[in-house]
Amino acid sequence: MKWIKFVIAGFYFGFILIKSEAISWYRIVEMFHFQSFHMFGIIGSAVGVGAISVLVIKKLNQSVFKTQPIDLTKKPFQLKAHLLGGLIFGLGWSLVGACPGPLFVHLGAGNTIILIPVLFVILGTYFYGRFKDSLPH
Amino acid sequence: MEKLMEVIQNPWPWYVSGPLLGMTVPLLLLSSNKKFGVSSVFRHVGCALNWKKIEYFNYDLKNHIWNLLFIVGLIFSAVFLLQWVEVKQGVLSDAAQLYFNSRSILIEGILPISRFTWTFGKEILMISFGGLCIGFGSRYANGCTSGHAITGLSLLSLGSLIAVIGFFIGGVLGTFLILDSIL
Repeated sequence: MKWIKFVIAGFYFGFILIKSEAISWYRIVEMFHFQSFHMFGIIGSAVGVGAISVLVIKKLNQSVFKTQPIDLTKKPFQLKAHLLGGLIFGLGWSLVGACPGPLFVHLGAGNTIILIPVLFVILGTYFYGRFKDSLPH
Repeated sequence: MEKLMEVIQNPWPWYVSGPLLGMTVPLLLLSSNKKFGVSSVFRHVGCALNWKKIEYFNYDLKNHIWNLLFIVGLIFSAVFLLQWVEVKQGVLSDAAQLYFNSRSILIEGILPISRFTWTFGKEILMISFGGLCIGFGSRYANGCTSGHAITGLSLLSLGSLIAVIGFFIGGVLGTFLILDSIL
């Protein structure tokens, strides 16, 4: 039963993602052409709410959750990896018109053609694992 | 009941859906002390496929089951909303509509399936190469839109900010230099 909450959280995330239209290929193409505020509004307000809730949790960590604080550690800072990896990821995001979350939404929606980019995502993941040590981080 | 169906059917404005999307961060933090991100699941696929000769894929999958279950819920939400309820999509900006019309791309649902068909062509090459970049880039950057843009920026992480700037520079370059000439 302790696992069911993760399925519910994924369902919640997907539900809102679909209602926001961030899963639409058209919205991504529109965003990268700067033809609408829609996507920027979603990302901006999501981060705003996320940041405020993290601040609240930080306060709660000092009082209510003293014995078992919520883990708020950031990912390790790697300038080159974040920038270069980010550039490559962004290129892929624009060419597919979907990032990883929406890729799974397309699969659930029955857009079987998306199996092709998904297989290539797995291949790209393999390449990173294989050549990780020779890349600047 | 009719009113509720209407709300579920129609798209929600960004100032409603954006904040609700941001709530995923505290939801997972408070319920299970987890920070959410989608792309790491592809690494777990490599782990499950037993690519253990590569150190990067050699770890205990048991600690990451929650991530896989999150994806199960995510896929189920799409089955529910896009196959059963068949929700409507909103109206794109005039500029975007003009762009798609000029390239004779039908605006239908969430993907122009009449353009992306199971026939070999430059569109298929584009999404294949794009997929490769998504997989490689998200692991190299150690996160994607969910892990860096939503979770990372919420944690005020400088590394995530750099990654997100990279996402947008890469995305704009890909759009104007490649996508525009292929569509």
